[in-house]
Amino acid sequence: MATDIIIHDQKDNVGVVVIEKITPKQDCSCWIMENNSTVNIQSVDEIPLGHKIAMEDLKEGDTILKYGHDIGKVVKSIKKGEHVHVHNVKTKKW
Amino acid sequence: MEIPKSFLGYKRENGRAGTRNHVIILPVDDISNACAEAVANNIKGTIALPHSYGRLQFGADLELHFRTMIGTGSNPNVAAVIVIGIEPKWTKKIVDGISKTGKPVEGFHIERTGDIGTVMKASKKAQEFVMWASEKQREECPMSDLWISVKCGESDTTSGLASNPTVGNLMDKLEPMGVHLCFGETSELTGAEKVCAKRGSTKEASDKFMKTWSAYNDFILKEATDDLSESQPTAGNIAGGLTTIEEKAFGNFQKIGNCKFVDVLEPAEEPKKGKGLYFMDTSSAAAECVTLQAAAGFNIHLFPTGQGNIVGNPIEPVIKLTANPLTVKGMGEHIDCDVSKILSREMNLSQAGDELIKTTMRVANGRLTCAEALGHKEFVMTKLYRSA
Repeated sequence: MATDIIIHDQKDNVGVVVIEKITPKQDCSCWIMENNSTVNIQSVDEIPLGHKIAMEDLKEGDTILKYGHDIGKVVKSIKKGEHVHVHNVKTKKW
Repeated sequence: MEIPKSFLGYKRENGRAGTRNHVIILPVDDISNACAEAVANNIKGTIALPHSYGRLQFGADLELHFRTMIGTGSNPNVAAVIVIGIEPKWTKKIVDGISKTGKPVEGFHIERTGDIGTVMKASKKAQEFVMWASEKQREECPMSDLWISVKCGESDTTSGLASNPTVGNLMDKLEPMGVHLCFGETSELTGAEKVCAKRGSTKEASDKFMKTWSAYNDFILKEATDDLSESQPTAGNIAGGLTTIEEKAFGNFQKIGNCKFVDVLEPAEEPKKGKGLYFMDTSSAAAECVTLQAAAGFNIHLFPTGQGNIVGNPIEPVIKLTANPLTVKGMGEHIDCDVSKILSREMNLSQAGDELIKTTMRVANGRLTCAEALGHKEFVMTKLYRSA
């Protein structure tokens, strides 16, 4: 099965869509670069190329991990498979 | 792939080597642009570098102006220089700085002569220079003569996934060959600053990085009127899926591979500690950053992009790479190296790094970059504060 989503690090709770878009309820194959393993997820939202999908349920105040590092905080709860972006995540800087 | 041992470059009087052979007409100040452009129009094969500053600057800002001017003229991609300013003193200071390289340089000032007389005198000298330079031949130069600067722009998540790590892979492969390497973008390391600081090869380098980053961050916090969400990430970044400055920073940071930086440079400062990777304190605006790196003596630039930045530089060839298939499809005329197959996993990072090395060698040997062919010559001085 082709890769739909790439995850940088095993610790990450988000993945990046690498096909033109994924559609709601699509069964997606995710490749974890760090350990070259594969996991599957079903999407909730339509998500375009380059945008992020939540790999688990996240609640307000949770930290988003990408590259194994803190890239911001959740400001509106997110369900597994939903689109993660500026509407539900904000910087902890500036 | 076997790493090439040499490229065909132009050997310069001071022992450096260029990937290009430009004769430049360098205005000292904004009001001398018209004169410089007239000379470049008269004498084919020369290039004018108009810019917006150079009057009534003072202190560190003036020092940076001179460093950028002298550094640009001194870059090994430049064979000879005509300097034109309104007044004799600052013009001479820049001429004297460039002449330390041993390359032909001559200055002209406009006061008491006017534009027309100056254009005539400077054109005669520019003709002499360009005809002299046109006989220079490319010769075999060791890889260590390559000074490679990097900066990414219009980034998206494909930058952090693929095109930036491709640059990192190239760095890991070319660093042992004795090349000089440079990354910058102080503000766009925000969020990854502590991880970046750990890449200093000495405690001194790490401490210097943190001090530099903190100073820039303090400045941003002082001047910011909101949370900077209109600027960082940019609208282009957000359209491409980047959500926060931290996410952008960790993507940015992938460009240096596993290399450690030996020193932290002031803007446009020439590296003095030998081969290896340097961090330069720069803005993250593309043209400003590349202009500063070129002024520090870097002779070839790698520019990964996600959504499609189109920047070029008048003296330092800027090689674009992208991993975003939509950018390749929509604006392929700007992309020198397509690594989008990393996303479909038809290409691994090492193969992408090899492709980028091949592209870099071709450009070093003389192949025009997309930005050169399209006429991109963005020369943008960094200004630290208001003039007096």
